[in-house]
Amino acid sequence: MAIEQKVLNCIMCPMGCEITATIEAGVVTGTIGNRCPRGAKYAKDELTAPMRMLTSTVRVTGGRLRLLPVVSADVLPKGRILDCAEALRSVTVDAPIHAGDVVCPDVLGLGVDIVASRDMERA
Amino acid sequence: MEREADVVVIGGGVTGTAVLWALAHYDLKCVLLEKEPDIAAGTTKANSAVLHAGFDAPTGSEKARMNVLGNRLYHDLEKELGLDIIWTGSLVTATTPAEEEQIKELKARGEANGVPGLEIWDAGRVREKEPNLSEAVKSALWAPTAGICWPFGIAAAFAENASLNGAEILRGATVTGIETEGGRVTAVRTVKDVIRTRYVVNAAGVQAGEISAMAGDSSFTIRPRKGEYILFDKTARASLVNGIVFPAPTKTSKGILVCATTHGNVFIGPNAQEVDDKEDTSVTPAGMDEIIAGAKKLVPNLPMGAAITEFAGLRAASSTGDFVLGPSQEVKGLLQAAGIQSPGLTSAPAIGQYLAEIIVKETGAAKKADYQPGRPEQPVFRELDDAGQAALIARDPRYGRVICRCETITEGEIVDAIRRPCGATTVDGVKRRTRAGMGRCQGGFCGPRVIEILSRELGVPVPEIRKDGAGSYLYIDKTGGTAK
Amino acid sequence: MSGTYDIIIIGGGPAGLSAADSAVQNGAKKVLILERDREVGGILQQCVHNGFGLHHFKQELTGPGYAQRCYDMVKDRPEVEILVDTMVLEVRTDKTVVAVSPAKGRLELTAKTVILTMGCRERTRGAIRIPGTRPAGVYTAGAAQRMVNMEGYLPGKKIVILGSGDIGLIMARRMSLEGCKVQAVLEICPFSNGLTRNIVQCLNDYDIPLYLSHTIVAIHGRDRVSGITAAKVDEKMRPIPGTEFEIDCDTVLLSVGLIPENELSRGLGLTLHPKTSGPVVDQHRETSQPGIFAAGNVVHVHDLVDFVSDEAEIAGKYAALASLGQSPAVDRVIEVKPGAGINTCVPQHLRLGIEGENVRLFMRAAQPKRGVKLVITSGGETVLTKPLAVVKPSEMIAVDLPAAKTAALSGEISVAIDEGV
Repeated sequence: MAIEQKVLNCIMCPMGCEITATIEAGVVTGTIGNRCPRGAKYAKDELTAPMRMLTSTVRVTGGRLRLLPVVSADVLPKGRILDCAEALRSVTVDAPIHAGDVVCPDVLGLGVDIVASRDMERA
Repeated sequence: MEREADVVVIGGGVTGTAVLWALAHYDLKCVLLEKEPDIAAGTTKANSAVLHAGFDAPTGSEKARMNVLGNRLYHDLEKELGLDIIWTGSLVTATTPAEEEQIKELKARGEANGVPGLEIWDAGRVREKEPNLSEAVKSALWAPTAGICWPFGIAAAFAENASLNGAEILRGATVTGIETEGGRVTAVRTVKDVIRTRYVVNAAGVQAGEISAMAGDSSFTIRPRKGEYILFDKTARASLVNGIVFPAPTKTSKGILVCATTHGNVFIGPNAQEVDDKEDTSVTPAGMDEIIAGAKKLVPNLPMGAAITEFAGLRAASSTGDFVLGPSQEVKGLLQAAGIQSPGLTSAPAIGQYLAEIIVKETGAAKKADYQPGRPEQPVFRELDDAGQAALIARDPRYGRVICRCETITEGEIVDAIRRPCGATTVDGVKRRTRAGMGRCQGGFCGPRVIEILSRELGVPVPEIRKDGAGSYLYIDKTGGTAK
Repeated sequence: MSGTYDIIIIGGGPAGLSAADSAVQNGAKKVLILERDREVGGILQQCVHNGFGLHHFKQELTGPGYAQRCYDMVKDRPEVEILVDTMVLEVRTDKTVVAVSPAKGRLELTAKTVILTMGCRERTRGAIRIPGTRPAGVYTAGAAQRMVNMEGYLPGKKIVILGSGDIGLIMARRMSLEGCKVQAVLEICPFSNGLTRNIVQCLNDYDIPLYLSHTIVAIHGRDRVSGITAAKVDEKMRPIPGTEFEIDCDTVLLSVGLIPENELSRGLGLTLHPKTSGPVVDQHRETSQPGIFAAGNVVHVHDLVDFVSDEAEIAGKYAALASLGQSPAVDRVIEVKPGAGINTCVPQHLRLGIEGENVRLFMRAAQPKRGVKLVITSGGETVLTKPLAVVKPSEMIAVDLPAAKTAALSGEISVAIDEGV
């Protein structure tokens, strides 16, 4: 069975480590270049089932601002990111909101909540 | 809608607004039609902003007559209308014996035209005034009556005074036709209205040929001549010039100058390029190279790193070579103010009075008994002293909120600019009336805030706010995401 | 709001908030933050994406999340007062601060020390001279970001981005998430000016092409942008005739660099550095004017807010000590000079006591390189070397000089990239 090597840039933090992953029979068997264990996990995920965080905004009523910034509580499948972003466009929440409050539970049934990035006081 | 007027002025540039201002002194119902969302949207917004002394044009020409008279009128009107003018004087420099002869001829011509105070200065005196000029400058013609101004502000002053005295200014009112009966104008059609009138003043700038032809007078055409400019940051002024510096003129133009602005910046330009497209205000790399090379002959060390913006304007050059002024020979009731290229800005109030007098003579209209001079007060926060600033904020707290931090322009000033007679309806309209967005960041920070204020004050949604021209929409609604 | 403050902080972004927190922890009793916007947090409030905080808070946060953390640190501190919607017009060398606000009118406040944390602004179209018309639809990436993320409007539907700085890359993804089509990112340099992770997750994820060594040679459209002409550039960044191609778009976003916002610093007569465009500072972030400190993007543009907070904590601490009359004694001043391969280095000088102290130097490389060594020398002697796998102008290099090393310094030090590893 062929042993393949793939070079990729880690996106887990701003260090952006350049990782060389060794793939045997479709399975990542080793990584070099990553400076932390998150890099190894990233390489494995990226080469099998790539995942991404999602950040966007939802509309808020009664708040000091019109929009509330939100973030996924965990990574989502990369291929569903645009669908999730579109789903958030129809979400509206009422102020007040606290950072970490769930604004969209279990987005698209993917098992991940979308939460508020910041507090939003009432106007 | 059908309306009635004694006079319809077509074109809201400095010429059209000056005509309206002159007419507003009399008992005449006057309407000005401008196709863009704001006045001064064409040639008036992009030119050298110089009030010329009047030595360039051939003695006896309309240009020479109107220039010298207009210059004098600005000296008289400056205070009453609160015009943004600095009487810097101008220098025309000579670098060769042939050019030295040329400036002597200019001096003689200027004196024949009635320009006061002209002098030939030697190199020492020239450099005392402008220390950064090239060593090659041998002497210069000094004209003390020349000055620099803010052309938009001048058109706005004319428009505001006219509005104050009952004249009506319709913007976004593109003219679609002029009706005549028995060789006399009877009405002007726009995209919105029909206005019955006996007099039409054609001050339509680069479109003046088309407007005249609509009424049946095709005796001239307008060929736009594009001029490109580069504007420098205020910080570069010390290495450039204090006033107006021309090279010796060529046959077709006054050449590429280096010139201060009333806002404390300096520009270089313009070049002169005949174009066919009457809307072509694009800036070209070749043009930039040309004006940089030209300006370097006057100031060898140009601080190009301090360039903040470049722009181009169209001069409305007529096929006759001179201003086309006064009653049409072909259509009664049509008065031309066409082919108004340089020195058109300087000539504007003189042209206004000249055409108003013709109409007054024919109609016998009386002077307005209750004519109001000047224009409404326009507080400028940054120009006030400490106590003045405190008092202004106490009167209206919006003067305590700085929107444009580069130029220190407050929300109060922006609201005033929108609510004044003939007030701003666009982002650039706010910028031209207040300077918000004119600084180093070029509106990057205050632009979105100005859009919000326009939307709120005009009662229109944000996506309907425009930057400048009729189709210059800035933002579109976000799908969802926005609570109204 | 009366009497003399220990410290007045100009700007309530992450630098200002971090400086305030640190100042109180180091003994300051009366601290005032003046913020021009309607709330504190600065530009972070519009940076809704994640990737912040891993260094400073050891946790991945969004921009607003990071701002929230900074605000939470000071909001209940009785020593810290915050005035929002307040614009500072002037700071004087006697530490008088003139400000205005709709609520408070015109204010003249006095302090023992001042910390400048005004951040930076974006370079504009004018500064880079793009030929063509001047229609609506040309925005700096940051202005567009504010409209999309805070006001709820889109600048357009079909986007070209000039410049591959991080804000431009982040906006490429943001506009894609909002259903817009990002046609291309053009970068005049032969390398990207953004973080690699942003190239991957903001461009590659959305199949957005990045054209290196390309620029916009003309913008088209009379009232609104209708397209652009792009062209390849030569090694001197001049467009190569014959390489032009058209891109259809209604919007151009500019991400062509940031400049420290130093109008107040200029008014104060502070010595500004020609390359960083910010005030020259020592390791405590004290400027050329005693008692005037500066930190964050107003000193030099950072790529990570985490380092902004670190720097602001230093400024907060030493401003607090100065206001208490406890500034450390200075025995000598050591100049820090960028050497080969280094474009800028902050601080520009060290004001050291006999003991020496731990100092962190921040540098930017002039060119991207691989497998190099950072070498710090003084008087021909090597003080410290640090191997670096990759250096890029877009990614700031930080290196720590321990107290033992700085104690031994007697003359100017030079920081350079050694390629001969």
